[in-house]
Formats: sequence, C-alpha cells, structure tokens
Amino acid sequence: MRTLYLGGRGIDMYLLYNHVQPKIDALSPDNKLIIGGGLLNGIPCLGSGRCDIAAKSPLTGAVGDSNVGGFFAPELRLAGFDHLVISGKAEKPVYLWVNDGEITVEDASHLWGQDTFEAQTTIRKDRNDDDIKSIVIGVAGENLVRFANVRTGMKNSAGRTGMGAVMGSKNLKAIAARGTTSIEFAHPDELLDYCKEMNDMIIGTRWAKAQSKWGTMIIYSNTNTTGLIRTKNFQLNRLEQGEDLEPEVIDRYSFGTSGCYGCVVHCRHRYTMKDGDDEPIFGEGPEYTSLGAFGTMVNCTKMDTVLKANHLVNKYGIDTLETGGLIAWAMELYEKGILTQAETDGLKLEWGDENVVFELIRKIALREGFGKVLADGFKPASAKIGKGSEYYAIQVKGMSNLHSDERPTPSFALGIATSTRGSDHLRSRPAIDLYGLPEDLLEEIYEGPVTSDSTVYEGKPRMIWWQERLYAVTDSIGTCKFQTVFCAVHAPKWNEFSKLIHLATGMEFSKPQLMEIGERIYTLERLFNLREGFSRKDDALSERYFKEPTPIGLPSAKGKTIDKERFEEMLDEYYALHKWDRNGVPTKEALERLGLDKEPSHML
Amino acid sequence: MKHGEDETMDKILFIDPEKCTGCRLCETACSLHHEKVVNPSLSRIHVAKWETAGLYIPVVCVQCESPICQTVCPVKAISRDEKTGAVVIDSNVCVGCRLCALYCPFAGVQIDLKKGRVLKCDLCGGSPECAKFCDPQALQYVKATTANMMKQRAAAQKFSELMKKMLVSP
Repeated sequence: MRTLYLGGRGIDMYLLYNHVQPKIDALSPDNKLIIGGGLLNGIPCLGSGRCDIAAKSPLTGAVGDSNVGGFFAPELRLAGFDHLVISGKAEKPVYLWVNDGEITVEDASHLWGQDTFEAQTTIRKDRNDDDIKSIVIGVAGENLVRFANVRTGMKNSAGRTGMGAVMGSKNLKAIAARGTTSIEFAHPDELLDYCKEMNDMIIGTRWAKAQSKWGTMIIYSNTNTTGLIRTKNFQLNRLEQGEDLEPEVIDRYSFGTSGCYGCVVHCRHRYTMKDGDDEPIFGEGPEYTSLGAFGTMVNCTKMDTVLKANHLVNKYGIDTLETGGLIAWAMELYEKGILTQAETDGLKLEWGDENVVFELIRKIALREGFGKVLADGFKPASAKIGKGSEYYAIQVKGMSNLHSDERPTPSFALGIATSTRGSDHLRSRPAIDLYGLPEDLLEEIYEGPVTSDSTVYEGKPRMIWWQERLYAVTDSIGTCKFQTVFCAVHAPKWNEFSKLIHLATGMEFSKPQLMEIGERIYTLERLFNLREGFSRKDDALSERYFKEPTPIGLPSAKGKTIDKERFEEMLDEYYALHKWDRNGVPTKEALERLGLDKEPSHML
Repeated sequence: MKHGEDETMDKILFIDPEKCTGCRLCETACSLHHEKVVNPSLSRIHVAKWETAGLYIPVVCVQCESPICQTVCPVKAISRDEKTGAVVIDSNVCVGCRLCALYCPFAGVQIDLKKGRVLKCDLCGGSPECAKFCDPQALQYVKATTANMMKQRAAAQKFSELMKKMLVSP
C-alpha cells in the first residue's frame, strides 16, 4: 500500500474509493470519515505534522478532502495509529480517545454545543493533560453546515468540502490523541542532519522569509496592486482604500508568530484585539484567504473586521473562504434586487457593512433564518433563491472560488476548473507562474514546453499537471505545501522527498516513481468523481469568467476574460497529458499502467 | 566554579520564550539525536504551551552553577562535564531514585519509567541540536557574554519604547 500511495491523502483516497459506496448521501451513516497521518509525520522539517481528512463531500458530492497542519497527526502516530476509518453514526454525541495503542468511545454530551476552542480545552481538563491534541467540530459541524470545518489548535482548520459536517452527522464531536510511543526511522542520524539541511533550504528562500514575518497576507500586497483580487464578489478586481488590509497593519495586533509541528516558517500571527466591552479576543491568523473573504469580497476595508470575522468562523468551525464567498454573493444579489429584506430576515445586505457580515456568519453557523439557505452552499442556495441568482455564484462543482481573480491568469483558471475537490487553489495552483521567471528555468522545473507569460494559454496545462502530482505527494508524505514548489521556486521537491523517504523509512523511490504515485492518486480521485456522475461538463468556470472583463488593474490584469475556445483547448491538452480521453475519462491503458484497472478491489 | 579554556565552557543555552513559535522542532530533534527515534516524551526539552493564550515556553535544564540535583543525588552520579559545562548523569552509577527530578525547580530532569531512568540535557556534548533547529532563535547556544549583551539590548529597546509612549501620552 505504501509503495503505491505513500500515506496521508494517498492512502485516504484509496480507502475512500474502496469503502464508500457510489451515490450515497454524504451526511448519512453510509459515508466514511477517514483520518490519515502522512508517511513522514514527525520528522524535524518541512512542517511534517500534516493530517489528511477525507469523506464524500456533503458540499459538492465529489471527493471530500482536507489537509490540515497543527499537531494532531504526529500525536496520532505517537499514540500508535496512522489511519482511521469511521463509519456509521453514534446514538448520542461521542468523542474518540486515542491513547498508546488503544481507542475508546467516550461520552461527549457535555462537549456538544461547545465552540472549537472550548471543546479542546474541556477534553484537556477532563483528562488532566495539556498535551492532548484533538481535532474537533464546532457548532456549525453539529448543525451540519455543509462547509463546516474540522479544527485543531487555535488556528488550524481542515477546511473546504465540509468534513466537519460529516463528523457532525456521525455525532462525533472530537478525536483526541495522546501518545508516548516512538516513531522509528531507518537512518536516524543521517535523517537528523538532512532535516537540518531542508530547514536551511526552506528558510533560505525569500518567500519563506517574507512569510515567516507576514504570513500569507504578504500575497495581498502583490495581488491588490496588480488587480488579481476579487472585490464586491466579482464586480471589481482591486479594493480601493484597501491600505488597512496590508500585512504590516497586523503589527497593531500581533505579539508574535506561531508555527505548526516541525515548521521553521511559522506563517501565522498570534493576535489580540479589544471587541467593544467584551473580553479581548485572542486569535491566530489571519490568512490571505480571510483578507479576501471578509475584506475585499464584501468590500470591508478594515483589518478589525477581518480579524473579528476570522475569530468567529474559527470559533463556530466554518470555512472562511466559503462563508465569505456566500456572503459576498448574497450582497450582490441584494444589490441587484434578487434578494430583498423579505428574504434576509430584514437585514440590509449592503457592501462594507461589517455587522451584516458578523450576523450572517452567526446565522449560517446556527442555521438560523436566511443563514439556513446559505448553510447548504451555492448550489442548493441558488436553486432555492432562483431568479437567475446562479449566474452570480462564483463556484466550481458547488464550492466557492478563492477570492483571487483568475481571469487574467489562464493557468489558475484551468486549475480551479479541474480540481478534484471543487474549486480549489491547493490542488494544482502554479503560483510561480506569476513571477515571470525565465522560460528555461520553468521548462527545467515542469519538464517540458511551458510559457513564462502568465496571461497566455500555451503550456499551462503542463504546469497544472505537474503541480497536481507534486501536491498529491506532498499531502501524502504529510508535509506542508508552503515548503515545496508552491510559492517558492527553490524549495524541496521530488529528489529531496525521495531522500527524506529513504532516510526515514528505508524505502526507495526514484523521481519518476514519486511522480507516478502523484498521478495514481489524482487519477483515483478522478475515478471517484466520475463514479459520482461528474464529467467534463463539470470542469467548468462560472459564465462570468468568459463574459465580464476585469475592469481595473495593471495592464497584465485589466480588461481580461477567459477565452472560452482556448479554455476548452487547454482542457483537451490537460486530459491528453493525463492520458484521459476527451471526456476526461482515464483510458484503459492509463489505468493499467497505474495499477488502477482493478479498483475498487475491496469494496466494503 | 572556574570555567576552563575550551570555548564551549563559555557558552550557555540561552532561552528567549518571546521568540518561541511553539513548533516543537527542539523536542523532535532532541529525541532523534539522543534516542534515535522521535518521541517528545523522551526529549530533554519540552515546550510548555498555553494554547488559548498563545504562550509557549521551552523548559529545559539550565545547568545551574550549584546544581540542586547534584546535591540531592545519594550516589553521586551527577557531575559537571568539564568540556561542555553541562551537568551530566552517569547512568552506570545512577540508581533511578528520581530525587533529582523531584527537587529540580526548573523541571530540568524527566522521568522515563519505561526504561527506569532519568533524562536530562547534556548540551549534546557541546553542540545542542535544539538550538541548531531553532530558526526563530528562541534557543541559542552562545557565549555568556553574548547572552548578557542580548538581554541588555532587549531591555534597552523595551525601555526606549516605554519612553516613546510616555512622550506621546505622558
């Protein structure tokens, strides 16, 4: 199994494809919740604490999958487990206690209703151990909000695709782990030295240095200047008077940064803020994503708004991006008269009103009034609202796009359209496409003809195909995407992964073998989606990408649409690279080559 | 005691909790170096965390000049390594009574019941792995004079910030 799928996301996907029967209701006891530690969890480099959580997604009906940092996965491993498959449904709220080789089911009735911070603290208090690491759901997960997150620590969220709702549907409030067993390695001394080298390699990149100071907020400075950032849902591509969202502003609130397990980048801030007469808030973050979700997308121009909203979504346990995307959409519908106060519980959904944002977050998490409509995600909500509201929904396969504006960047557009878990930048985004790097350097990385100009269509499918495989392997060894070729060019990739795997496990993988594993995982995800009825028609973008040109920005970003014909050509080329047919179905030869022709082999 | 000529004797493991990001690379590297496995419960260093307040404090032996552990050890198993200045436990002499762990006010000694022993920092023989892995420099292995200077400069900076605040709003 490890030679075919490594661990983490790879093995999770195998388990998902083999354990989940086709066309089941994702919120029924038939769905499986799969928790997977990465192959390299625990090593002292590359943020090796990543955990992969999978199930059929209740938001999209496609692959549900979320990769989360923090400290849970190493603790699960220290407690003696790599993968958990949870099926059925508990009669009353429970949590799982995983401790040194044993798993017990514990009563969680006193945790039900607690927010994601309280629940973790309560478990620690109950068991009198501050080093317990838990993954938990908040009230949103209990209420089956279809984009509820699974959370761990103050900051880490297993976001997108609604894994928190699947947990909630099983009456499972938390999984708590504590372990004192050892993680053993094939070559411990060489591993220690090589991990040190990896950390130096990472922190030696300019990207990691910038990120260790500002976090992903650093991206905002670039994208908002260029005009690559969705504003007022999809109406503008730059936030005017957006100075208060610049990363430096976090200095007003931050007292230091915080890192996940085994990470030298420490990309998030520990911040405090005073919230009226209430107790001061302590939170971690925010990500670039939240600057968009509760800043540009809803036309709010204050860091205060972003930080408070970030804290709220984390407390309730809902996806920051999906929530912001839905609120921005509702605001545009209100502006267009498609929604009125009659449907919104009397709320005036006006741009830039932070109180509306806070109130809608609450209503979504509690499934209250108009929040109940949004809590099911774009597709059910637009079906319910009707009146052409679907046109304004910026989503793929029912999942919200990031607030980045992909109209000027065909590579990014292709990536979100084809991602196996619905609109997503973490499946395949070739972020370095924005850097205008020399073509020969890019061709060396991507191993074939690609282009340096981020506004053209040529060569982009190859970039997506390469990144898909790299990220699939990264998610499977359990290290952080920020510590491979995502935003940093000179970061560890295939050969470094190969050496780390060898030193840690003794297993040998050549670069082509690792790339093939990436291909196998991605193809298996594709098979899952095909089995659920998805096809080429779903590898699509909202119509607005083709019809409405970007109104502002620098010359590389202004006046851009995605050309429909050329988009379809990219799709053809992308399928061909994968050896999939014109409908996006893997050919028999491709499946045989990857050893997938007999899957599912153990349908349970 | 008098420090020797060897330059590692002039160095201390300097801890600055304000710089700690809580990543636990120190714990991981420590157990991998000493035990050849990753197991924080066998690390000589531990990051104590108050997660909901964002407070992280590395806890490790501070290599006292007059070590309490040495005083209470009934079999004289604890001595100072003349090369590194580390207070070390001779496992051949130690009887595993754990008095050192009980009396240390800094939690510098850990109990390993599985193997019936106590664990403490030996500064990795003069090249502590934890400090090598701590990029934010919450842990630094530096000369005592350098550590003094760093503390002084940090204090001076805080003082200057305080002065600025007082000048703006007296």
